[in-house]
Amino acid sequence: MALKKIGSQTVKFENPPSIISTASIVGPVEGKGPLKDYFDLILNDFHFQEKTWEKAEKKMLKEAVEMAIKKSGIPSEEIEYFIAGDLLNQIIAASYAARELGIPFYGIYGACSTIAEGLGLGAMLVDGGYADNLVVGSSSHFCSAERQYRFPLELGNQRPPTAQRTVTGAGAAVISTKNRNPRITYVTTGKVIDMGAADPYDMGSAMAPAAVDTIIKHLEDSKRSPEDYDLILTGDLASLGKDIAEKLLKQNGFDVSNRYTDCGLLIYSPQQDVHAGGSGCACAAVVTFGYIFKEMQKGRYNRILLVATGALLSSTSVQQGETIPCIAHAVAIENL
Amino acid sequence: MDYLMAFLIGGLICAIGQVLMDFTPLAPAHVLVLFVTLGVILSALGLYQPLVDLAGAGATVPLPGFGHTLARGVIEEVNKYGLLGILTGGLRSAAAGITAAIVFGYAMALIFNPKPK
Amino acid sequence: MSKITQEQQDYQQFVNRIKPKPPYLRNIIMAFLVGGIICTIGQAILNFYVSLGLEKTKEASAATAVTLVFLGSLLTGLGIYDQIGKRAGAGSIIPITGFANSIVAPAMEYKSEGYVFGVGAKMFVVAGPVLVYGITTSALVGLIYYLLKF
Repeated sequence: MALKKIGSQTVKFENPPSIISTASIVGPVEGKGPLKDYFDLILNDFHFQEKTWEKAEKKMLKEAVEMAIKKSGIPSEEIEYFIAGDLLNQIIAASYAARELGIPFYGIYGACSTIAEGLGLGAMLVDGGYADNLVVGSSSHFCSAERQYRFPLELGNQRPPTAQRTVTGAGAAVISTKNRNPRITYVTTGKVIDMGAADPYDMGSAMAPAAVDTIIKHLEDSKRSPEDYDLILTGDLASLGKDIAEKLLKQNGFDVSNRYTDCGLLIYSPQQDVHAGGSGCACAAVVTFGYIFKEMQKGRYNRILLVATGALLSSTSVQQGETIPCIAHAVAIENL
Repeated sequence: MDYLMAFLIGGLICAIGQVLMDFTPLAPAHVLVLFVTLGVILSALGLYQPLVDLAGAGATVPLPGFGHTLARGVIEEVNKYGLLGILTGGLRSAAAGITAAIVFGYAMALIFNPKPK
Repeated sequence: MSKITQEQQDYQQFVNRIKPKPPYLRNIIMAFLVGGIICTIGQAILNFYVSLGLEKTKEASAATAVTLVFLGSLLTGLGIYDQIGKRAGAGSIIPITGFANSIVAPAMEYKSEGYVFGVGAKMFVVAGPVLVYGITTSALVGLIYYLLKF
């Protein structure tokens, strides 16, 4: 019998691992958004002095990881694992960042839910006694995601109002056995949920049911209620997805309206031309590691539930007429 | 007068394309394929030439006009060369546009880089 | 494709009810105006070449096509065409300038993969289907015409 498992999908940590430091790097558009003061580095251009978008993304991830390790005060040779992923085919941003970091590496893929997947697995390694310190990270880049999932940048096409903008950025966090706040207390691993959505320009409504499923499982397993959290934060459902998630939760008897928001809505202001909001692996990562982490340190939030959402499609699956499989992982972060 | 007709008919063809893109599940690529194919067929049936006579560039500049060029070329070459014309006519008549697109496309790729907004 | 269940169907219907719709009327008006303007410019170019003495249906219209393709390519290179397209939709996709844009945009985008595997191979990634269907249909038309005639 697994000692730290509660309910059907949730892990409750015995000695909750702490997030001792974080770092966030964002692109120029995010750097003009409402959270601009929370990020560690704002790039002036999309290239970051590199020749290609993919190389720029790798560099953002690498630098975010180095920055997080530096802030942690832990010597880099004592960081035992690097757990990371991104949106690019074969997660090349993470793999190439790992090549330069020289830390034992687990590459993971959960599309835009990657950062919650990384935090969950990282916390399990630490509480399981397999590591004292490790670093997790994820990245995305507007231009590299556009060319892989959609169209060349200069193509004159039109986007529907449900389209989202991929966040350019990277976030990283050091998880450790050290006795410091905030801590990761629970992790609820999501199931792949497919509600038959097929429109690649509407990820929010595709992913909302996955977020709702994971939130309900988390509350059931942990025997908590939404009121136990200062904030429930989904990853990148954006405007339509957030509305749907709220409605579905209400139908299931959970009223979250006054304590629920979405990273994809926080990162841009409505005046920015981003349609429904932000998306991408970096969306939940930079909002959580920039804004949320700093506000938790100040004590404005003491208990949050991050529910990062991912659409696990590829351009091949879309062309073959498949519907969009979605996932959401929940991570409870608390000041104890 | 020819400017007004070009504006109206050209605008109308594009507006029909917009309706197909917004109200049906067709992606822009589907609409383009549909339009060029329709252009070829309408032209072959003799229905597109009257539109060209009426609207000039309003009918030749939008994509069905490209289909019209292909169909007109094929029919001309079949008249001239018989069987072989089936394979040479379309591209011969559209050669200037296609070659220009390739050459300018290559040149632009040499000179410019894509700019994210 | 896996079979759609009743639950999935109900959810999609619910989503379609509350989903924000594109600004239909504005999109259609913009497509009409921009498409119309591009065609009017095309007419002016055509008239200019005819005034230079080029034969109208073949020489002048081919020269017009080349000129418009050049303009579409240049505006793509300068990063302006996608800004027009964002507002005009089909108005700038359907004219021949949009055909040029659909060739130049991937050529520029995939330069990072080199001039052979990138620019060369990806140039027709968007425009390819138009040529395939246009040319194949024209060959079919030619065949039918040949059979009817001889």
